[in-house]
Amino acid sequence: MGAETDSRITAVLDRLGDLPGALLPVLHEIQHEIGHIPPTAVPAIARALNLSRAEVHGVISFYSHFRTEPAGAHLIQLCRAEACQAVGSRELEAHVKARLGIDYDATSEDGRITLEPVYCLGNCACGPSLQIDEHLHARVTPQRFDALLAGLEESR
Amino acid sequence: MTQRVYVPSDATACALGADAVAAAIADQARTRGQDLQLIRNGSRGLFWLEPLVEVEVEGKRFGYGPVAPEDVPGLFASDFLTGGEHPLALGPTEEIPYLRAQTRVNFARAGLIDPLSLTDYQRHGGFAGLRRALALSGQAAVDEVKTSGLRGRGGAAFPTGIKWQTVLDTQATQKYVVCNADEGDSGTFADRLLMEADPLQLIEGMTIAGLAVGATQGYIYVRSEYPRAFAVLRAAIALAREAGFLGPDVCGSGRAFELEARLGAGAYICGEETSLLESLEGRRGLVRAKPPLPAIEGLFGKPTVINNVLTLASVAEIFARGGAWYASLGCGRSLGTLPMQLAGNVKRGGLIELPFGHSLRELIEDFGGGTASGRPLRAVQVGGPLGAYLSADELDTPLDYEAFAARGAMLGHGGVVVFDDSVDMAEQARFAMEFCVVESCGKCTPCRIGSVRGVEVIDRIRADTDRDDNLLLLKELCDTMEYGSLCAMGGLTPMPVRSAVEKFPQDFGA
Repeated sequence: MGAETDSRITAVLDRLGDLPGALLPVLHEIQHEIGHIPPTAVPAIARALNLSRAEVHGVISFYSHFRTEPAGAHLIQLCRAEACQAVGSRELEAHVKARLGIDYDATSEDGRITLEPVYCLGNCACGPSLQIDEHLHARVTPQRFDALLAGLEESR
Repeated sequence: MTQRVYVPSDATACALGADAVAAAIADQARTRGQDLQLIRNGSRGLFWLEPLVEVEVEGKRFGYGPVAPEDVPGLFASDFLTGGEHPLALGPTEEIPYLRAQTRVNFARAGLIDPLSLTDYQRHGGFAGLRRALALSGQAAVDEVKTSGLRGRGGAAFPTGIKWQTVLDTQATQKYVVCNADEGDSGTFADRLLMEADPLQLIEGMTIAGLAVGATQGYIYVRSEYPRAFAVLRAAIALAREAGFLGPDVCGSGRAFELEARLGAGAYICGEETSLLESLEGRRGLVRAKPPLPAIEGLFGKPTVINNVLTLASVAEIFARGGAWYASLGCGRSLGTLPMQLAGNVKRGGLIELPFGHSLRELIEDFGGGTASGRPLRAVQVGGPLGAYLSADELDTPLDYEAFAARGAMLGHGGVVVFDDSVDMAEQARFAMEFCVVESCGKCTPCRIGSVRGVEVIDRIRADTDRDDNLLLLKELCDTMEYGSLCAMGGLTPMPVRSAVEKFPQDFGA
């Protein structure tokens, strides 16, 4: 673990370590700062929170939001749940996978895009829904997805 | 006078381009030298009209929608700031039939106010409930909730007053109020809408809960898929604290209540209350066996009121207007209002708050206008991914907990997902099992393994392999999951599966 990463993790632990039930807030903050939770950070987290390494690892691996490796430059989360299925998300899903050439929980070869499934983004009246990085998009058709993707390429 | 223009900052409105519309309005105003005040309100929940821009003319709000950024110059040209005519003009917002026909209690302020204005909130009745609660004893406050007949809006519909009584009666050095804002059901967005549009109502309700049962610390557990709601809540908590509505001395009463919003991390199971408590304590979201009830041994082993967002928010209005007033709405043992969420393949999706007792048909046909695709409606899933599928013949079912239970269905958190005749119900049944595979916490075998076997059995049925034997096997597997699972995840996954098999046998090769 690099010295800078190390000091950032220490700073997070100093700031949040005393909260009751601190582990989730700590993991969120580390991922927010670094982009992922390096497995090498586990011992430091465990020590600071008086937990075993197994407990920390167990929590990181339980929650789908936490990642132990960096994501691609952009994260695309596609809703797989029923309300979106009712308006064509299965077709959108097939299109997105074919277009990106990757399945869920994978990153494109050029490291540009990570694709993840998500089960409901709370946009159920205006699906199909997908989120690109921080931005939620509604009524996403395959054509609209292609336009959004082109927008990402332009911002390159 | 400076014109007020409202553009929602709600997640769905923004997903439909509200930020760009707001920017275009500000830009046009600058170009034209027009003085206006742009307010980012929450959404009214009329999502098919989003982005819904409103202008205030002589104290009355006029709507225009759905507005795209390129419509903005035309709106200015049509003098929309004074309510001018335009093809997108909807007239006075409150008179839009979809809104006028509702009975808004939880959502009365949604979209009306700036979510982060204490002044707006109080001008529209906010904190009246808290002020009243401060004058009541704990027992009198719990009695008020019992009088209201309020039942948990998260899905289980347990009487809220009884839960609170248990916490009040349990002696402890520390008690907690926890809000379950892990709204993971597909087809639901009422909690999100409320947190984004009127967060102070939730804060007020939780404070009242704390005062009633003697809890001094509250937590709101928000799912990580709702970053906007989380940010709004955090800001609202800071405002409320600064103004003395939260903190060591609530409204100068000498009584304390602190509140913190916490973020989940992408686990549907954390909507189950004991799993949520585990997660708040910093652990894997594994379901706890009950008893002990959370009301006796909840967060950090202490007595805990744990309620859904809408339940706690309702409390604010119950105290402002009285439990008896609330109980005068609704029917039978389902009292008050239920915010229903109309979603999926429907023309006019959105939030519809009505007293219990209206029919599913009124919701889907009168409010929703039928399917978005224009094709015939075939199935409706009510109550989230663990809720039953209803057929087109069952639309006259009244929206009432008991009427749904009598049909082997559930109202749950009020999500209604409409499907047209292109749906393959065997595929939906398979998805129900697959969802359980993905989201099971893994603690009990019927749920963890049963769901995996369920996917396999349904695959065999769909491939027409020993169909009759496999249908029987699926039935038995559903029984095992229902009776043997530790919580509602494994226990209710059979509900959508069975309803699909029983009501749509032709999709399973019959």
